[in-house]
Amino acid sequence: MTDVADRTEPYVADFEAFARNGASGAPDWLKELREGAIARFAELGFPTMKQEEWRFTNVAPIADQRFLLAHAPSPPLPALSDIERLCVGAGPRVVFVDGRYAPTLSTPADRVGGVRAGSLAAALQTDAGGELARAHLGRHARWHDSAFAALNTAFLADGAFVHVPADVTLERPLEVVFVSTGRARSEGSIVSHPRSLIVVERGARAAVVETYAGLSDGVYWTNAVTEVVVGEGAWAELYRVQQEGPHSFQVATTHSRQERDSYLGLHVVTLGAALARHDIDAVLDGPGAELILNGLYLLSGAQHADHHTVIDHAQPHCASHEFFNGVLAERSHGVFNGRIIVRPGAQRTDSKQTNNNLLLSTEARADSQPQLEIYADDVKCTHGSTVGPIDQMQLYYLRSRGLAPEAARSILTYGFGAEILDRMRHPVVRDRLDRLVRERLA
Amino acid sequence: MTGKGKRETGNVLLEVRNLHATVEGREILRGIDLTVRAGEVHAIMGPNGSGKSTLAQVLAGHPAYTVTAGRVLYEGNDLLGMTPEARAREGVFLAFQYPVAIRGITNAYFLRSAVNAIRKHRGEEQLGPVEFMDALDEKLKAIGWDSSYLSRPVNEGFSGGEKKRNEILQLAVLDPKLAILDETDSGLDIDALKTVAQTVDKLRRPDNATVLVTHYDRILTHIEPDVVHVLAGGRIVKSGGKELARELEEKGYDWLREEAVVT
Repeated sequence: MTDVADRTEPYVADFEAFARNGASGAPDWLKELREGAIARFAELGFPTMKQEEWRFTNVAPIADQRFLLAHAPSPPLPALSDIERLCVGAGPRVVFVDGRYAPTLSTPADRVGGVRAGSLAAALQTDAGGELARAHLGRHARWHDSAFAALNTAFLADGAFVHVPADVTLERPLEVVFVSTGRARSEGSIVSHPRSLIVVERGARAAVVETYAGLSDGVYWTNAVTEVVVGEGAWAELYRVQQEGPHSFQVATTHSRQERDSYLGLHVVTLGAALARHDIDAVLDGPGAELILNGLYLLSGAQHADHHTVIDHAQPHCASHEFFNGVLAERSHGVFNGRIIVRPGAQRTDSKQTNNNLLLSTEARADSQPQLEIYADDVKCTHGSTVGPIDQMQLYYLRSRGLAPEAARSILTYGFGAEILDRMRHPVVRDRLDRLVRERLA
Repeated sequence: MTGKGKRETGNVLLEVRNLHATVEGREILRGIDLTVRAGEVHAIMGPNGSGKSTLAQVLAGHPAYTVTAGRVLYEGNDLLGMTPEARAREGVFLAFQYPVAIRGITNAYFLRSAVNAIRKHRGEEQLGPVEFMDALDEKLKAIGWDSSYLSRPVNEGFSGGEKKRNEILQLAVLDPKLAILDETDSGLDIDALKTVAQTVDKLRRPDNATVLVTHYDRILTHIEPDVVHVLAGGRIVKSGGKELARELEEKGYDWLREEAVVT
């Protein structure tokens, strides 16, 4: 226990300072939420590999350091060209630097039909935004079970706030960009806790692209939480690209809740960070809801990335299709844990899960664990996973058509990524991700 | 169809002498002799397990097979010393019995990569996506396909017949000097079989040759062979004209097995 306290105490102390200063003007509900969350964080402490959910991922590199809460970005701000480079297109974007909204780097959202897209900090200052935040923040994220989500909730201050009112269609994808400068303070490296809320109301349609990127090779930690709510009959897509810096740490959770007959596409591409852990918690909470979950992780060097997904079929007649591929080079380590829960009464559930891992070196490693928990009898659930090197028959087939072994290997490796990218429907976003993947594999 | 004259005059494209090969320590080929001249179509028939596919794969360079004796000359050069990709670039093509699926790679990209690898070897200019599609159009039509097949991943989710057609499309696009078709006719319905046969027949020229490896004589009613060989027990036990195929269909292979043991 002393161990846990040693590591959590500095964050509790930081929280007290944060609560006195920057967060003192918050409404009571938010103060209570934060206080509850820091208390929960202190109880839980940083997870260890003895815990089932963390058996393949050692967070000691994070827990053993003392990360300082990031301040509002100090000049110079990143160059506009650095931000544009990370964006999919010239559409509206909301940009955050070290977790804080950067208005001069952002462009205004399409203000049709009462759509709001901007910073959560600003939304909390308004009556309507505050109401919406109060209704959703912390309600979907399972911070009671996760020390990292609890810590994020304790320091909840800023992030993206997207609200698409009922029956409104967002024509262009909205881009949310979180950049980290990687600049340390004199006392140590920094942590930011970006917190986003995306609410797509009944019958609305929207696509959001979330990008997390490092602008330097400095040491920093991003501890992000995003909550997504998709209303009845709504259609939403969330793309998430993680390109954090090579010496950074990223822990993140994406929580979604879908209502009746809604569609949600969650697409995850993980390229960056020395150590990354991404938890996806998706709840299909109304009959007829559909979830498409695509993930791709491309790792090299000594990178470690762990994806834990939980798909909760809480209602009947829902469908979830999950495809995750990993390409692991050099000494990298990929972890995939996919849990599917079919609640009692969630009849006619149609669920498919696949995780394929390509090992490009003998030192690369992949751990793949499907977990099905089915409490209903009239369901269709399939899962499969593979871990292995490049297939020799595929290699020979390509060579028999005149391709050199190196070219054949590179085509097969790219194919592993392209298989996932092809499931991402938005053409502009897909092209951008395709470029990223090609650059990465080149 | 073209008769003996051509067989006498065409240059020797492939010369196989006393070829022995093993897979996982088992000897499958036990002394194959075969000469294929430009302009010829050869049919290699034989019962299951006689070594037909092994011969096809050894000629293409499958890494699982070990040649233990004999030699193979292709245009006078040592074929067995060449990598699979070098063979392909020099004009050897194998239509696989079991074509391999490749996830994430579209048929169009795959075909263009193969064409460009061969063009590069010949010192020809690389084809861009648009030029390539233009060049492909007619060949697609010939096998009864529309361009939707090009945007699908290579053989992924293809039916057996679609995979075979895809091999024939590759054959048409790569235009090899020596085409080896390994059981391309098996598992095809009659329409697909005709399409395959017509495409192969259309590609016949005085400067190229085709080796049809087949279990049945069905395809030979559409593509007339110059020579028919019977493979049994890892050796060619009988060679003859197209009438041999008919004889095999009527009498089966058993009489040849006995003959092979006797000789």
